[in-house]
Amino acid sequence: MLAAASALRSGDELAGLAAASATRRVAARWVLADLPLKAFLNEAIVPYESDEVTRLIIDSHDAAAFAPIAHLTVGGFRDWLLSEAADEAALAAIARGVTPEMAAAVSKLMRVQDLIAVAKKIRVVTAFRSTIGLTGRLSTRLQPNHPADDPRGIAAAVLDGLLHGVGDAVIGVNPATDSVPAATTLIRMLDELRERYAIPTQTCVLTHVTNALTIMERGAPVDLVFQSVAGSEAANAGFGIDLAVLREAHAAAQALGRGTVGQNAMYFETGQGSALSANAHHGVDQQTMEARAYAVARAFDPLLANTVVGFIGPEYLYDGKQIIRAGLEDHFCGKLLGLPMGCDVCYTNHAEADQDDMDSLMTLLTVAGCSFLICVPGSDDVMLSYQSLSNHDALYLRSIMGLRPAPEFEAWLEQAGIAAPDGTLRALADGASPFVRQLAETIS
Amino acid sequence: MTEVAPGEPINAELWARLRRTTPARIALGRVGHALPLGEVLDFQLAHARARDAVHAALDTAALEAELAPLPVLHVASDAPDRATYLRRPDLGRRLSEQSAALLAAAKGKRCDVAFVIADGLSATGVQAGAATLLKACAARLGDLAIGPVVIARQARVALGDPIGEALGARVAVMIIGERPGLSVHDSLGIYMTFAPRPGRSDAERNCISNIHGAGGLSPNDAARTLGWLLREALRLELSGVALKDDQTPALPFEDHGPA
Repeated sequence: MLAAASALRSGDELAGLAAASATRRVAARWVLADLPLKAFLNEAIVPYESDEVTRLIIDSHDAAAFAPIAHLTVGGFRDWLLSEAADEAALAAIARGVTPEMAAAVSKLMRVQDLIAVAKKIRVVTAFRSTIGLTGRLSTRLQPNHPADDPRGIAAAVLDGLLHGVGDAVIGVNPATDSVPAATTLIRMLDELRERYAIPTQTCVLTHVTNALTIMERGAPVDLVFQSVAGSEAANAGFGIDLAVLREAHAAAQALGRGTVGQNAMYFETGQGSALSANAHHGVDQQTMEARAYAVARAFDPLLANTVVGFIGPEYLYDGKQIIRAGLEDHFCGKLLGLPMGCDVCYTNHAEADQDDMDSLMTLLTVAGCSFLICVPGSDDVMLSYQSLSNHDALYLRSIMGLRPAPEFEAWLEQAGIAAPDGTLRALADGASPFVRQLAETIS
Repeated sequence: MTEVAPGEPINAELWARLRRTTPARIALGRVGHALPLGEVLDFQLAHARARDAVHAALDTAALEAELAPLPVLHVASDAPDRATYLRRPDLGRRLSEQSAALLAAAKGKRCDVAFVIADGLSATGVQAGAATLLKACAARLGDLAIGPVVIARQARVALGDPIGEALGARVAVMIIGERPGLSVHDSLGIYMTFAPRPGRSDAERNCISNIHGAGGLSPNDAARTLGWLLREALRLELSGVALKDDQTPALPFEDHGPA
């Protein structure tokens, strides 16, 4: 029923789970609307006995938090979420009482404007050296990837991002190889750069969690520990992880105590279709499996979590319409479950999408109060060969909606001469920044 | 450098030096908060080329002519068109019924290596470089018996498995168009599978990727690597993760493959 009620997407068609007709899809929504929320606590869609993600969801369910909504059906939940009774405090109070399946189910009954309206009311605030998720703020991940992991090339892209006011969520590099020494080199370089210029942000090299454990053991300066996560034990096994290794990494990162204004030290990425692509979806639709990944993420109090919504390709999300809806569903479900949810607004060249679709999705997500977005120079990720948002896009979003970066980072931008006291970016030709000159000369 | 692009104190010369450190689109300047028009159109052109490469149809007759005098067989996957191919990777890994029959009829002489040229996600790349690459590879195989070259349309990497099996090949070597990026839209990849048969996993293949003329691997370098891998695969009777060792040149493995 969950699959049949889902808005049409190619991944569910590929899995043979999509509704057989448009009429049946709506019929499934009528049936889903009358299902009591409690039913999701009694019937596991992935077996409890054989799946540790299901056990995590059920065993960590907070019955007291669930109490205010325990009497509702899925349809009634949708109406309550949109009501004035569901204000910021009420939504925060129920987060640990909502299971991923409840979040996914209700999202299937919500139009785009509903997904935006409810997500907008939810605040999830996390912190490390900067504070993410405050009202009136939009944070960004600076993604300075390089096809050969060249430290100077990465530093040049970091400078480009900083000059656009980007990087307050994290300066996060996807390494081109799986090599521990190469990742360690980048971690040290980024940390030195951040330390030298006292930039109030955190750095991350998005290497496998087991690599991060080795790197931490060897004493390298790891801020955030990254991992891709999915919604079933088998899908996580495909990523080479389980909950135990995430617990170990979480504990190790906490023990380093490197945060200043907070200690949220984990960073997770997800994306619809990852469970199906590992053939680990248990006959469940891709959006519900995606929401289950958020249960994994929230167990480790991350600083950041984001869906990489258009990365996986057209066999899971075919075109701009499917990518846009999926991005808003993911953001809504993540926020409802209490995650500091961001998004990599992106697409590949074999998907039916272009920059106009990304403009639409990033604008909608920002209206919805998205915590952070990923930015790469000129939208072109030259290592992963896909298109994300550009540094310029962050300027556009902040300006049209009057949003500012994280407060610590905002203050630094002004001190460094990158931003004027009113928050607007200086034209570099104004030439007021000794920092910029020094940094550029160091890199080159 | 346009509009409010960096002037003093980061002068143009300094930025030029920074730009040489990365192919990333840094120091683009801005107009208000937006990209300058030249950058917008440059990006659109790169995207358009990549899109065209994804949707182009392979001219199989021209490719066959280029491959002469090598014997050629033409096959297709179970994906009838590009739109289906993009949505249904499972169909792109299966032979059409007609193609399976054709290959069954063609099976005959000893075949050590079956070459498959597949459109994958860049028919443009295959059209431009596959014949040259194949000839460079074939020249390094010594006395190994090469089967007819199979040209496969709407094909994913794993289509090489039923093709290789049908020809009774000891090893299948697929040359395939990789997913186009903005900077390179005509890159080729080679996938080598020992004892090909449906159900082989990607971990059982060796991949040589990023074969193209814009700073990628040259056909001769790729052929040299393939020659080494082929000899090792035949000697050890396996391919994939287990084959890699320190003698293998460090190759960039980027997940561009339409696996």
